[in-house]
Amino acid sequence: MRIESKILLWLGIFFGLMCAVYWTWSLENAGGVMMFFAMGLCFLPGLYYFWWSRRMGYRPEDDPNATQETGAGYIDAFPGSSIFPFTLGSGAFFVVLSMVFGSWLLIPGLGLVIWAALGGIAEGRRGGDK
Amino acid sequence: MTTTAHNPAVESHGHEHGHAEHHGPRGILNWLTSTDHKVIGLSYTITSVLMLVIGGALAEVIRGQLANPNGHLVTMAQYNELFTMHGSIMIYLFAGPFAFGALANIIVPIQIGAPDMAFPRLNALSYWLYLSGAITMLLGFFVTGGAANFGWVGYAPLSDAVYAPGAGADLWIGGLLLTGFSAIFTGVNICATVFYLRAPGLTLFRMPIFTWNLLVVSILILLAFPILTAGLVMLYADRHLGTHIYSVAGGGVPVLWQHIFWFWGHPEVYILALPFFGMVTEIIPVFSRKPVFGYKGMVFATLTIAALSLGVWAHHMFTTGVVLLPFFSIMSLLIAVPTGIKLFNWIGSMWRGQIWFSTAMLFAIGFVVTFLIGGLTGIYLASPPLDFFTHDTYFVVAHFHSVVMALVLGGMAGLYYWGPKITGYMLNERIGKVQFWLAFIGTQVFTIPQYIVGLNGMPRRMAVYPNDPEWQTLNTWSSVGAIMIGISTLLFVVNIVASWKKHPAGDNPWDGHTLEWFTTSPPPHHNFFRLPQIRSERPTWDHNHPEAKALAHGKEDH
Amino acid sequence: MELTPQPPKGAPAKSRLRRLGAAIALPIAGILLSGCTLPSFGARTPETTTGQSVYHLWQGFSVGAVIIGALTLGLILWAVLAYRRKDDTIPKQSQYHIPLEVIYTVIPVLVVVALFVATVVVENKVLAMPKTDVSINANAFQWGWGFTYKDHNAVAIGNTTETPTMVMPVDTDVKITVTSTDVVHGFYVRDFSFSRYALPGVRNQFTLHALKTGTFFGQCTQLCGLYHSIMYFKVKVVTADEYKVWLASFDTPEGRLAAAQAKKVLAEQMSAHVPVKTEISRGAN
Ligand code: HEM
Ligand SMILES: [Cu+2]
Ligand SMILES: [Cu+2]
Repeated sequence: MRIESKILLWLGIFFGLMCAVYWTWSLENAGGVMMFFAMGLCFLPGLYYFWWSRRMGYRPEDDPNATQETGAGYIDAFPGSSIFPFTLGSGAFFVVLSMVFGSWLLIPGLGLVIWAALGGIAEGRRGGDK
Repeated sequence: MTTTAHNPAVESHGHEHGHAEHHGPRGILNWLTSTDHKVIGLSYTITSVLMLVIGGALAEVIRGQLANPNGHLVTMAQYNELFTMHGSIMIYLFAGPFAFGALANIIVPIQIGAPDMAFPRLNALSYWLYLSGAITMLLGFFVTGGAANFGWVGYAPLSDAVYAPGAGADLWIGGLLLTGFSAIFTGVNICATVFYLRAPGLTLFRMPIFTWNLLVVSILILLAFPILTAGLVMLYADRHLGTHIYSVAGGGVPVLWQHIFWFWGHPEVYILALPFFGMVTEIIPVFSRKPVFGYKGMVFATLTIAALSLGVWAHHMFTTGVVLLPFFSIMSLLIAVPTGIKLFNWIGSMWRGQIWFSTAMLFAIGFVVTFLIGGLTGIYLASPPLDFFTHDTYFVVAHFHSVVMALVLGGMAGLYYWGPKITGYMLNERIGKVQFWLAFIGTQVFTIPQYIVGLNGMPRRMAVYPNDPEWQTLNTWSSVGAIMIGISTLLFVVNIVASWKKHPAGDNPWDGHTLEWFTTSPPPHHNFFRLPQIRSERPTWDHNHPEAKALAHGKEDH
Repeated sequence: MELTPQPPKGAPAKSRLRRLGAAIALPIAGILLSGCTLPSFGARTPETTTGQSVYHLWQGFSVGAVIIGALTLGLILWAVLAYRRKDDTIPKQSQYHIPLEVIYTVIPVLVVVALFVATVVVENKVLAMPKTDVSINANAFQWGWGFTYKDHNAVAIGNTTETPTMVMPVDTDVKITVTSTDVVHGFYVRDFSFSRYALPGVRNQFTLHALKTGTFFGQCTQLCGLYHSIMYFKVKVVTADEYKVWLASFDTPEGRLAAAQAKKVLAEQMSAHVPVKTEISRGAN
């Protein structure tokens, strides 16, 4: 996990430097602001992973000599199938269409989104579509 | 139906546990509800190749119109819609989703020994958002006023409510919002998968380059796409909510759109390109029977490209007169360095190898050559004075077509290489080779006249052009190339039909290097029954050829 | 051609590479110093002073591109031809060659620095704004151009059916200011090897110094809507005397009247923010 976080942190540092050079040289704000936020977007997960890497310790996937047996066992529950991504996607589709063809399309759109949100959460609680 | 994934090591070796089989719904319901990354990846592949065909069909009409100076195939208004939608379909609906949604979705989890993507339902949502986005954008053709007609870059104020009043423009914005979120979710998913679901022993620096590139692409997606989304929301607000962010009349700044667009747009070209770089980096070593040359250099080159790609956006705006030229010039020129490293590493991987010219390998080599041309002409464009006289001419069109056609060749390489893994059956090599030569030669016949006519001063996005015999000849040649490319794409469809369920592929038809060649073709529901020990970035090769380990450093060469 | 892979011979390879490095660096340096007798590499010979600097830069870049391209293509072809699969033996699994990798990182960096320095030199020439009395405003609109002359009555305006002509003197620095009233347009004259956006809300300025009289073809290069394809203009470069005569023709009573009328039309164009919707005959040119 440590290298993962370092990649993001180094990218963030690079963007920070680039931002400093660019902004002071060009005095153009749009690019300066966007670069600044790019730096932030690297530090945010980078620092989070860094923090985790210290609590998590060494994982089998970080160990060059790990055998397959070290990772054996339960990984997680993976939903085999679920209708709610489709429902949510269709909901988003209607919401976007409402931006073009009129707000009445928000009725099916938001309806589907809410259904998907509730159903998806319930499905997740049960541990999947049973 | 939920399946719990276990690391396969416990229930390995021969016997099948129930969990390997998938008991979900079948048929259309399977397609609608599956959260298996392979099914989603296949949906992505089919949809994006369909987009390639649609975008290609529009391109053929464009080339038909340009085959002579006063073409009457379409009106000027239709022509503007055609190239706008051609570009938009190709970039937003084909190249991107194909790059990070299609093969990536199928291959990345398998290459790192994972049972699925980290967030399978989010992955499915990505696909549905992508499909809705595609439908939304294409709906533009069926509304009054027609589809968007302001170019795939949608420069304000041409894209605002005054100059582009129709619903087509809004559908374009809506489609991009949907596909944008789709991309962001895929980015999150790939990052999480690569960070958390690697098999034991598969350290970051043992990941195959394809997976590495997709990790970097995902980071770039997370940095770039939110900016496009924000820009589009502001554009929509300008159009319908009475704001004046991009319009001079209300105190706004039109060039702000260009900054925002290209701050996304240049990273986007690498979001498109890096996955294809990754594909050929898998293919060339396998068919040369060698490890990838300069693995670590390759990873650092990818990271460098990603880092630099956020600081070059205004090389698309050199002629606006309002950007800091030297900064963007040097940053853009510098990108050529890591790109060159990659090129030389590809050559190094072939060097002293045993090259097998399968269709996949031919396409990969075709990619390298075509990309070389596109890369070299990119260097000219990175120099502002040279850009002043080539900007918005066919020279630029030729430059990025060299690059994106290289990507199409790379994508075809990927399909021929991984197709057998995905379907379980080989594709016909003979048709494949004809397809390759048509596509490769067609690409050069298509782009080289465009370079010349661009230097002769022909601007891009022209429905008609001055009646100059030389321009006409060059344009006709370019159209001939386009037809060759079109035929080659059709041959691919023919090939799929012709080789449907003919020759079973077996687990490892190419003597592959990476984990996907360790499992069955197609892989079982959670991808693996067993995994080999992982001691390098070529676990399958190490397992099959324990005596032929990669030589760590070049020391013994002296 | 070797049949079985053999360990590369280190020392000769190195000196070969060094020679290659020299083969790349020297011509580029030479060309950047004097670039006149080289082929055009497809570019047109430009008719302005700055255009000529750009042309030489183009030649320099092209020499570099041709050398690097030929080298790389040669290596690819050699690899493809020499290392075809001959048998089932497994070739030597070499993966790293640090000196080689360093070389093909460092040489491109040097090339890039050279290209950048040349770029900056030419860029400064192209963007220089020498003091001059001749100053022309080029106003772009959907879909036409209006040219007005500072301190003079002269004006030229035209649209897609009637191509406007910008008249300018030869051998003189001419300051051009491009503006747009509606969307983004592009001011581009191919024989001047130069283009610049007409951005709404921005006054973009540059200098043209024509070396030859004649009429040159200009065109809007930035997509600006329906008739973008036929938003042409002409640039007529005349001698200083002819230029004076032309300017004076707007100072006669009829000239004044014509100029006033044209300016009124232009002002209307500039204030009309709604695009003209009428279809005109396509492809007129
Ligand atoms: C050596 C690396 C490259 C350099 C230095 C480079 C440079 C440039 C520059 C300066 C432009 C702007 C030209 C103009 O509009 O006047 C441009 C345009 C473009 N490039 Fe590249 N490029 C490189 C690689 C790529 C790659 C890898 C891709 C795609 C995957 C790409 C795709 C494009 C596209 C699509 C455009 C046109 C954008 C438009 O519609 O205006 N380029 N390139
Ligand atoms: Cu770019
Ligand atoms: Cu225009």
